[in-house]
Amino acid sequence: MATELAHHRLEVSTHSHHVDARGVALARQICSEIGVTAQSIRTRDVFSVFAAIDQNQAQTFAEAVTNSITQNSVVGESDDFDFDWLVVVGFHAGVTDNVARTAVDAFADALDRPLAETEKIYSSIEYLIKSAELSRPQVEEIASTILANPLINNVTVLSRPDWRLSGTPINQPEVKSDEAITVDRVDLDGLDDKALISLSKDRLWALSLEEMKAVREFFQQSGTDAKRQELGLDGQPTDVEIEMVAQAWSEHCKHKIFDAIIDYTDDAGDVRTIDSCYRSFIKKSTREIGEEVDWLVSVFEDNAGVIRYNDTINLVYKVETHNSPSALDPYGGSMTGIVGVNRDPMGTGIGADLLINVWGFCLASPFTEPEDVPQGLMHPRRIRDGVHKGCIDGGNQSGIPYGIGWEYFDERYLGKPLVFCGTVGTLPRTVAGAPGHEKSIEPGDLIVVGGGRIGKDGIHGATFSSEDLSAESPVQAVQIGDPITQKKLADFVMEARDLGMYRFITDNGAGGLSCSAGEMATNCNGCHVELAEAPLKYAGLQPWEILLSEAQERMTFAVPPENIEAFKALAATRDVEVNVVGEFTDTGKYHVTYNGDTVAYVDLDFVHDGYPRMHLQARWKPPTNETPPAAAAADLGDSLLALLARLNIASGEYKARQYDHEVKGLSVVKPYVGVCNDVLSDAVVLMLEPTSREGIILAAGVLPRYSDIDTYHMTASVIDLAVRRSIAVGGQLGHMAGLDNFCWPDPVQSEKTPDGEYKLAQLVRSNQALYDYTKAYKVPCISGKDSMKNDSTRGGCKISIPPTLLFSTIARMPDVSKALTLDVKRVGDLVYVLGVTRDELGGSEFYAMYGGVGNDVPQVDAAAAGKLYDCVARATAAEQCHSLHSPAVGGLAAGFARIAMGGRLGLDINLEQIPTDGEPLEAYQILFSESNSRFIATVPPADQAQFEATMDDVPWACVGAVKYEPTVTFYYKDALEAEVGLTDLVEAYHSTLEDI
Amino acid sequence: MTSAVKVLVMTGYGLNCERETTRAFELAGAEVTCVHLNDLFDRSSMLLDFHVLAFVGGFSFGDHLGAGTVLANRLRHRVGAELNEFIASGRLAIGICNGFQTMTRLGLVPALDGTYFKQQAALTHNDQGVFRNAWVTLKCNPESPCVFTRGIDVLPLPIRHGEGKFVVKDSDALEQLESHGHVAMRYVHPETSQTTLDLPHNPNGSVNGIAAICDTSGRVFGMMPHPEAYLSPFNHPHWIRQKINGVLPEVGLGRQIFENAVRFAAAELV
Repeated sequence: MATELAHHRLEVSTHSHHVDARGVALARQICSEIGVTAQSIRTRDVFSVFAAIDQNQAQTFAEAVTNSITQNSVVGESDDFDFDWLVVVGFHAGVTDNVARTAVDAFADALDRPLAETEKIYSSIEYLIKSAELSRPQVEEIASTILANPLINNVTVLSRPDWRLSGTPINQPEVKSDEAITVDRVDLDGLDDKALISLSKDRLWALSLEEMKAVREFFQQSGTDAKRQELGLDGQPTDVEIEMVAQAWSEHCKHKIFDAIIDYTDDAGDVRTIDSCYRSFIKKSTREIGEEVDWLVSVFEDNAGVIRYNDTINLVYKVETHNSPSALDPYGGSMTGIVGVNRDPMGTGIGADLLINVWGFCLASPFTEPEDVPQGLMHPRRIRDGVHKGCIDGGNQSGIPYGIGWEYFDERYLGKPLVFCGTVGTLPRTVAGAPGHEKSIEPGDLIVVGGGRIGKDGIHGATFSSEDLSAESPVQAVQIGDPITQKKLADFVMEARDLGMYRFITDNGAGGLSCSAGEMATNCNGCHVELAEAPLKYAGLQPWEILLSEAQERMTFAVPPENIEAFKALAATRDVEVNVVGEFTDTGKYHVTYNGDTVAYVDLDFVHDGYPRMHLQARWKPPTNETPPAAAAADLGDSLLALLARLNIASGEYKARQYDHEVKGLSVVKPYVGVCNDVLSDAVVLMLEPTSREGIILAAGVLPRYSDIDTYHMTASVIDLAVRRSIAVGGQLGHMAGLDNFCWPDPVQSEKTPDGEYKLAQLVRSNQALYDYTKAYKVPCISGKDSMKNDSTRGGCKISIPPTLLFSTIARMPDVSKALTLDVKRVGDLVYVLGVTRDELGGSEFYAMYGGVGNDVPQVDAAAAGKLYDCVARATAAEQCHSLHSPAVGGLAAGFARIAMGGRLGLDINLEQIPTDGEPLEAYQILFSESNSRFIATVPPADQAQFEATMDDVPWACVGAVKYEPTVTFYYKDALEAEVGLTDLVEAYHSTLEDI
Repeated sequence: MTSAVKVLVMTGYGLNCERETTRAFELAGAEVTCVHLNDLFDRSSMLLDFHVLAFVGGFSFGDHLGAGTVLANRLRHRVGAELNEFIASGRLAIGICNGFQTMTRLGLVPALDGTYFKQQAALTHNDQGVFRNAWVTLKCNPESPCVFTRGIDVLPLPIRHGEGKFVVKDSDALEQLESHGHVAMRYVHPETSQTTLDLPHNPNGSVNGIAAICDTSGRVFGMMPHPEAYLSPFNHPHWIRQKINGVLPEVGLGRQIFENAVRFAAAELV
């Protein structure tokens, strides 16, 4: 056996008589995105093995990782000359290489021994491109945009002559560490304001001037503390200490804007002072509703909200955003978004089972002209492909089905995409004899970190996401997830939980161990972390980096000392790494050592509550927008077809089908419904167990364009939308909870944000509506998240997102057999419109299509809507409807089209019958207004009388019928107003994003 | 029913359908033990305490080196002898999705000429090049000795895979597969029940529309679609239509696969 480390290159490629699916897909993508044709692209996986093995052993390993039916393998370099360009894509040193990690597992089985610590395997992909017409710059563009992301990948482009001269480069991205390990003192004394601010900015602390001063003052005072002096520290903070404080005080962790004191001046000049939007609106509504309902279990306390579901199960739900990382690396950003939010329910209470994922993306058009993308920003099509792929891989590989998924397009998401990822979990009401939602820590409990190892990836994520995206945005915030490591961890957590092995669990998210241990320490009032005990991916991390790293797939536990051996033993058999990195105390201090030397010793109170609150100004002035003149004269049929093809309405089925939505066998109303399963459902219904009758309804609403008129009504509308979508699939009010995700442009007035006071007023108005409407519907928010710096200045051009609120709901459904879908089911069924249509085209997709915004934004009459929802819920409980749909973007016109396409049947509709609030409306207003709180129902003639009796108290009208003839026909004032063929509707609905 | 039938459902390393597969066998009346792969490796003789072995779906080792590759190597390495004995003694094995991929890599199916532990078929990347989740219609081959598909004609089930295109080495292998009844299920057009090679009804481009195969005994069986995801009648994408038309089945039709297995095991193996 060889004993010296030798380099072996292993190539695995597709047999010539099988299709290289990856190459074919790439050729197609290059053709459609860059507009050049590659004659062929072949790909091969290359493993660079540095191990004490000989040629025969390398051969054995190669055979073990090769599919003998479909693949070839070569040890060494194959004599394959049939290419014009060779592109080699590996990873930069230290970037998670999941394929190589699995190859290490395969090595152990193939060669009957594990890979030694000194031995390494790296993976890369080589692309062999054959094309006479491609130039080097074109190949380089393809390499750096489609094949790789230079932030995480090493890319080498070789022409065939280059390759003949030099051969293929050896892929060996070893982390080299010659940097000395040090702990520095940060001298803040004597720095003037400007110096303090620039220090904060240079070191990526994202601390304001007031905060820097508070830090300086605190440490100056602490300098006289005898204990601190005894530990070798003084009146200057160490780098570990200031980094720890910066993480804890980041906007990401402390929600300082939602906590701020705000003087709000309305358009009449009246001023009111709001003492924290969070407490004055969101929490207040939930607290007040909590006095009336008995199913709120734990809200705003833990990593996710908890509500009661039935006698044995509580539900846990959290939606997060991962916008900034996704802007830099869409794939890694969204993957860590989805596997990251999985850890929130996993770290809620004593640990929830992961049940369902949700996702949603706000993006600029994938068809944006390349020259309209500012320098330094990625093309939105690439962002879209990447964020989907990351979320697909993360969710699918974790074995968690998705429930709802959506996309919203507006050019203002060009600067920063919004990436929403959420997870529903189930938490047993009782775990090992104690309430599942409760947890505690005793002094003396061990701090244990389980899961992945710590590297330099993901440092400063918390503070970075609290800044705008600028040219200086740190690349180390980028990271790639490893869903399989996390899946193993999740399986282990469930076993350890049921055995009662730990007392407390939380996730390592933003701020890493610094935040997780620090937040846990508040439960017992102190902790001592020994950084040298933390497991590292490679040597050379500074102590502060170990503390802050947001390396993925880690949970932090409090384990009683008497359980630690059993906990470690179980982890070992589940292939999960766990390490004791300290213990919890009751000293009131956050104490950090490195090899026994104190590197941080800070009052826990200061870390968590020492920051000065912000005092901000908000000023509201209602905008006046142009109404597009062409809209009123538009042809209705043509407009409907054009509307269906628009990105915000068109079918996104191609991407959606790449997400598993049926693992676990729970799906009842699927994301896409209808006879051809191709129309986006209003909401989804899932069972909690594969054969139960009980289920849950998930729905969401997002309408950013309404913010251009008034965020108050935008907010009312998104809440109403999520609620009525739940009603549309058979739900009811009463046991429904909400989640708020605010994504805002920076609302703090400053030189770079001259309209900050207006944006802050938009935030206040939105919060006011959130209070008003969650309260009216009794849909309390149980958890939420805010992301307040969604601006980009890259390429010298400032782009700010429109104020965006995602409102998500989760509702209990006692009997899933009463669920409904939107597609019409039978010829002859009567079509009803329920609710009132008003002249509310402001912010509509119809106006946007004609280039304007307008001013009459849809509003919500909560009392009337509540009454309607009760009637509709009675009708669905009595099974009086065959289909039910709630129109939203695109109004009734898009709604009629969807239900017809869903059933692949025609409709005759009399527009004059549609209920309005008295004033006569034009046909286009009836069809395209996006008035809230409406439904389209179809009812079998046999149930007509009962249905109409159920609707006795609310506005309704029978407006037509379902027909066999494949057209959707609108009549108005006894005349044929428009007629559109079903085939044309389906074509318009599908064509925009078909295979994209 | 027949709790004497003992089923082992393996889990761990990224497998993820253990819960619904366990439920499926329980509903069919079996006694099911869900075992982490590492526990199986530590006590490999336990394999022979069971009548039915289930290779469940999921993403073992992230599918990183090809679906099923690393898990198959590890099984061969750690429990190869016991697996050999398990199969040789005529017990039942079912592989679903990632489990099917693993079984082909192990050479448990199709086992042409009765040769086990030699790879003869593969499940490779879907023609479309991406993962796909959709419902398909399957037609069972009445000529196949397959124990699991007995008495089933047409069965709707969901597929959820990126590597599901069934291929064999050459036309001889295909001929042998067809002539010896190894093909247990094919993707068909839902209206005509005819084999199809085209999207969307053939979701991956499988040769001859092959969705499931078995060995010559019919006792070792692998399928790409997910019967364990159709345990409830409400799983079917058109169950509301079925309800309106009065044809909603009492239970999910996917259960038949597991009921067949348990019935056969109770009669022949217990």
